[in-house]
Amino acid sequence: MTAVVTANGLTKRYKSQLALDGASFQIGAGRIVGLIGPNGAGKTTALKAILGLTTFDGHLDVLGLDPRKDRDRLMEQVCFIADVAVLPRWLRVGEAIDFVANTHPRFDRAKCESFLARTKLQPKQRVKQLSKGMIVQLHLALVMSIDAKLLVLDEPTLGLDILYRKQFYQTLLEDYFDEDKTILVTTHQVEEIEHILTDLMFIRDGKIVLDADMEAVGERFAEVLVSADMAAAARELKPLDERQVFGKSIFLFDNVSRPELERLGEVRRPSIGDLFVATMKGTYA
Amino acid sequence: MKTFYWLVKREFWEHKGGFITAPIVAGAIAFVLNAMLIAVGEAHTAMGNFHSNFSRAYEDADLVQAGAVIDGLLYGMTYLVLIVTAIVVFFYCLGALYDDRRDRSILFWKSLPLSDTDTVLSKVASAILVAPAVAVVVGVVTGLMLAIMFAMVGTYHGISIWPLLMQAHPLKVIVNLVLLIPLYAIWALPTVGWLMLCSAWARSKPFLWAIALPLGTGAVIAWMGLMGGVHGISSNYWHYVAGRLLGGLIPGGWLTEASSLAGLDTSNPAAALDKVNLAYHYSTLAQPSLWIGAIAGIAMIAGAIWFRRWRDES
Repeated sequence: MTAVVTANGLTKRYKSQLALDGASFQIGAGRIVGLIGPNGAGKTTALKAILGLTTFDGHLDVLGLDPRKDRDRLMEQVCFIADVAVLPRWLRVGEAIDFVANTHPRFDRAKCESFLARTKLQPKQRVKQLSKGMIVQLHLALVMSIDAKLLVLDEPTLGLDILYRKQFYQTLLEDYFDEDKTILVTTHQVEEIEHILTDLMFIRDGKIVLDADMEAVGERFAEVLVSADMAAAARELKPLDERQVFGKSIFLFDNVSRPELERLGEVRRPSIGDLFVATMKGTYA
Repeated sequence: MKTFYWLVKREFWEHKGGFITAPIVAGAIAFVLNAMLIAVGEAHTAMGNFHSNFSRAYEDADLVQAGAVIDGLLYGMTYLVLIVTAIVVFFYCLGALYDDRRDRSILFWKSLPLSDTDTVLSKVASAILVAPAVAVVVGVVTGLMLAIMFAMVGTYHGISIWPLLMQAHPLKVIVNLVLLIPLYAIWALPTVGWLMLCSAWARSKPFLWAIALPLGTGAVIAWMGLMGGVHGISSNYWHYVAGRLLGGLIPGGWLTEASSLAGLDTSNPAAALDKVNLAYHYSTLAQPSLWIGAIAGIAMIAGAIWFRRWRDES
């Protein structure tokens, strides 16, 4: 696996608090990585560091470049959508295409126009006349027409209705993603990206607390539906989490052997949402 | 170079109203006001002459002077339009590196492979080169239209239109004005640099910072002068620091640094125009204060680039 991003001891201190606390991780080529964390856990700071938008301590290598020093060159290979509505409001659709076509060496104008042909966007329209969903369609069309190695998405579907949200990820998968591209995405709507991720990273208090590919997550974590009489036995196996449903208990286990769990009850694969909640217990306390 | 061209073009997309529409409107208003004045003058000749130089030209049939008056008209119109552009550019500079931080569209521009140096320099170039050039074109065109109108009024008074217009030197005026733009740019550097530095640095209200810091400093210096500590600093401060930081966009401001012209005869426009020539304007380049200001301006632009690169809103 060739690494697109390698971070070692990534640290960023704002005046009063530590946004990144020695985070270390690696992102391989051709992966779709979800960076998930509670508010204020350091997600956006990590992305900013990768994009060269902030200073930091520690070692960070993105496509062989240091984002602090080689930002201009790096951005030819890296695209990002920060969140909805960052396109300037005065910009016209046609101007946006003209501008990117003439300043980005890896932009494919024909591709962009064919993406936009599928939407209701008109070249003369200004961004301020568009709905949030249409702004994202424009932004996505621009970004998908750039042959970049790394695409960073920070809460890309915030505030969109479910039709646009589904369409967003579907278009990304069908028309953009391939084995030469890498996507790094942060979002709070975990359940919507669960099925498209190849890798999962949890971040908490500036540290990476989970970093695994989805297959490993399925092997490592298990959810067991345990009836009341077996609950005590289940607790002895040190579950990560326990919750009650219809008189039964659902236990979440990390790295407990399958046969042992099957004796307790029905074993399922936990959703990322449940895994997240269990991992982040007490974050806001 | 291509990127830079598109960066400047972007500024004109965004600020079309200020850079292009505003000067045209200013020119149109000036034109209409003059037309109205002429109409008044024609209707009530007894009230006196509104364009005394013209009437003198008519009386003496001194066409050379009439030509100089038309040239002066072109300069005057351009000056008027340039003042409007200067006001536009003042506020443009304050917003240039701030507005997109406020609405977060900076994140879109920063997602493109554009260097912050190019970005800031494209804004500087738009402010002190391209916008004044637009103003010059609009000013001269308005002036020519006015001249044609005056000439037509002249025909009405029995003066042939073409010989009168032929006495004007619109091309020379345009060349002179275009050649003055570099001087204007050098002179405006400290103001543009200061405004852009505030624009790139302020977390909010760049206008307030840009005005309050020089004025506040001036007030403190004046107070110290009153307290009897230091003398003579205050007027120098207002002239060389506050004036240059805030007033550098006023067209022709460099003439305050030029040696005064001896024997300027305002009753002889042709000779007067001849004396206030390019060489006279550019003689101000000999003043160290002009260069010190320019260097300070460049340093502040470098600071603006640095803040543009590293300002981290969180």
